[in-house]
This record gives sequence, structure tokens and C-alpha cells, in this order.
Amino acid sequence: MSDVTVDIAAEAQQGWQVPADAAHLGGRGSVDDYWKLMKPRVMSLAIFTAAVGMMVAPGSIHPVLGLVAILCIAVGAGAAGALNMWYDADIDAAMQRTAKRPIPRGNLTAGEALGFGAILSFGSVIVMGLAVGWAAAALLAGSIAFYLFIYTMWLKRSTPQNIVIGGAAGAFPPVIGWVAVTGSADWASLALFAIIFMWTPPHFWALALYKTGDYERVSVPMLPVVAGAAETRRQIWLYSLALVPVSLLPWALGAAGAVYAVSATVLGAVFLLDAWRVYTRRENAAADRAARKLFKYSIWYLFLLFAVLLVEQGIWPALARGLGV
Amino acid sequence: MDDDDLARRRKRSIAIALVLGALVVLFYVITIVHMGPGVMNRPL
Repeated sequence: MSDVTVDIAAEAQQGWQVPADAAHLGGRGSVDDYWKLMKPRVMSLAIFTAAVGMMVAPGSIHPVLGLVAILCIAVGAGAAGALNMWYDADIDAAMQRTAKRPIPRGNLTAGEALGFGAILSFGSVIVMGLAVGWAAAALLAGSIAFYLFIYTMWLKRSTPQNIVIGGAAGAFPPVIGWVAVTGSADWASLALFAIIFMWTPPHFWALALYKTGDYERVSVPMLPVVAGAAETRRQIWLYSLALVPVSLLPWALGAAGAVYAVSATVLGAVFLLDAWRVYTRRENAAADRAARKLFKYSIWYLFLLFAVLLVEQGIWPALARGLGV
Repeated sequence: MDDDDLARRRKRSIAIALVLGALVVLFYVITIVHMGPGVMNRPL
């Protein structure tokens, strides 16, 4: 019998005493820690936009397979979040906004987050491929890889354009939902992609404006850190101006109707008003308030825009068919 | 390992068991959906 075996047997008799510094080895995280690792808020937006992509897409999918597709997109988004927290654990610990995440708090080790994210990534893509289709699975794998390798590992710490290009990762879910139904992406699905892509910079830069100190501390080159608040305000205004016409693309391409067009115009007008306030109010508390207001409204904007699309193109036609209207 | 650690480990184990159980049900349902009525059409 080797010494190792003897040691293990001796420890087993003592009830497998775990060393006092076992926190470094992991195994102490709660279910809630793992849940937080998946960035549930980001995940909910991915679920919602993916569901809208599925409902708006021409054609149909078996409801069970539709739910499986949504589940895979949700798990894939959560996996990407976990992998992001694994890689960014060092800067998360130094930022006020992220210091309470499971790894900086010491509840989970970075290795546990990596393993969790890798297993969920692999699982979500395989199930999507086997149950729904390999085109949707390939897109899901691409979006996870883009978020991890392109945004998290490369762009985030190297360029102020990080969230402009990296925003593409968050724009994938409606296209994946669409492809799950039709098997391929067409122009209308890319219009949904474009909306989220153009929405991301003003959304994140509004946040970065009042969290500049956080990013400065960890040397992440967010636009306000590198180019200053004035340039960030100008860029927010320009992207907001571009966002409104882009939001009308689904209508222009025939994938949405008049209700959507009117809603997108009204919601876009409010977005522009808030962006203008950010652009013009540059002093102290008023500037801070304007940025916070735009950040909060931008979340509601995207939710409402897609909700209108969902009701107009998905729920209402189904109800009308059911009622024989 | 204190009582809190043990309680968390127990909850993690239950969560993993529930997820695995849900996956078994999910794969079963997906199989039925894919095969449709053909699931009954097999030589005895």
C-alpha cells in the first residue's frame, strides 16, 4: 500500500477533514452564486429578444422545440456571462459596480467559473444542434466565442471601441431565435441585430459616464476614460440619431407593421430627447442625472420596442386566428 | 468545513440532481417530438 493510500485512509477515518484554507480550492459556492455567475439580467434580455426573433420569423417551430431553443440561448448567454466573470475577476474586484460578484467576494474560485461556463457553453450548443438545428447551434457557439474571445479577452481592455464591436455579441439572440425557426438568417433578422447593435453604445456609454472612476481605476479604456466626457456625450448623441432610423428597418423590410412603426418613432423620439439632455447638461448633478436617466430609459426602450414587435407580429395574429377575426 | 459549507454543498447537490432529472425529461420529450407517431412504428 503506498503512502498516499495510507494518508487517504487515515483522513477517511477522521471524517475527511478539509484544510482551513480550502476556500482557495473551491467547493463553497451556493446555488445563488452560480445563478449570479450567469448574469440573470443580461440573460433575461437575451431570452426576450430571442423569443421575439422566433415569433416574428416567417414559418413555425414545434412549441417544445421553440422552448428548447430559448432554453439553449438562455444557458448559452449565462455561460458567456460566467466565462466573462472568470476572465475579468481581477478587474471586477477593483470596480465598485462588480466587486460583489461571486468571484471577487471569494464565494467561488475563478476555476469554478471557468468550468461552469465551459460546460454550459458546450451543453447549450450541443443540445441546440441536436434538438433544433446546427445553423442555430453554430450561431450560438459563435456568439459565445465572440463575447469571450473578441470582446472580453481582446477588445474590452484594448480599445474605446470595445462595446461598439463587442455589442454584436448581445445582438445575436434574436437572429439565433429567427434561425431556429427558419434555418437561415435573412435581412429582417439582421435588422433586429442592427437595432441592438446600434442601441448598445449609447446604453453602455450612458452608464460609463457616471461610472467613469470605476473604469479608470482598472485601466479599461472606456470612451469617457480615453476621450473624455464631452466626446462621449457627442458619440451618444450621434449613435442615438442613427438608432432611430435603424429601429424602423423591420417595418421598411416588411417584417413589422404600422403599429410598430409608430411605436418605434415615439420611443425613438423619447430616446433622442434623453440623449440630447445628456449632450447638453454637462454640469455636476444634472449631468449625472441625465446619464442615469438615459441608461434606465434605454433598457425600457429596447424592451418596449421588441414587445410591440412581439404583440403585433406574434401574439395578435395568433389571437386573431384563434378568434376567427 | 463548517455547517454553512455543508448546507451549501447539500443545496448544490440537490440543484444538480434536479437539473439532471430535468435534462432526462427534456431529452425524452425532444425524442418524442422528433419521432412523432413514428415512435410507435417499430418491429416487435
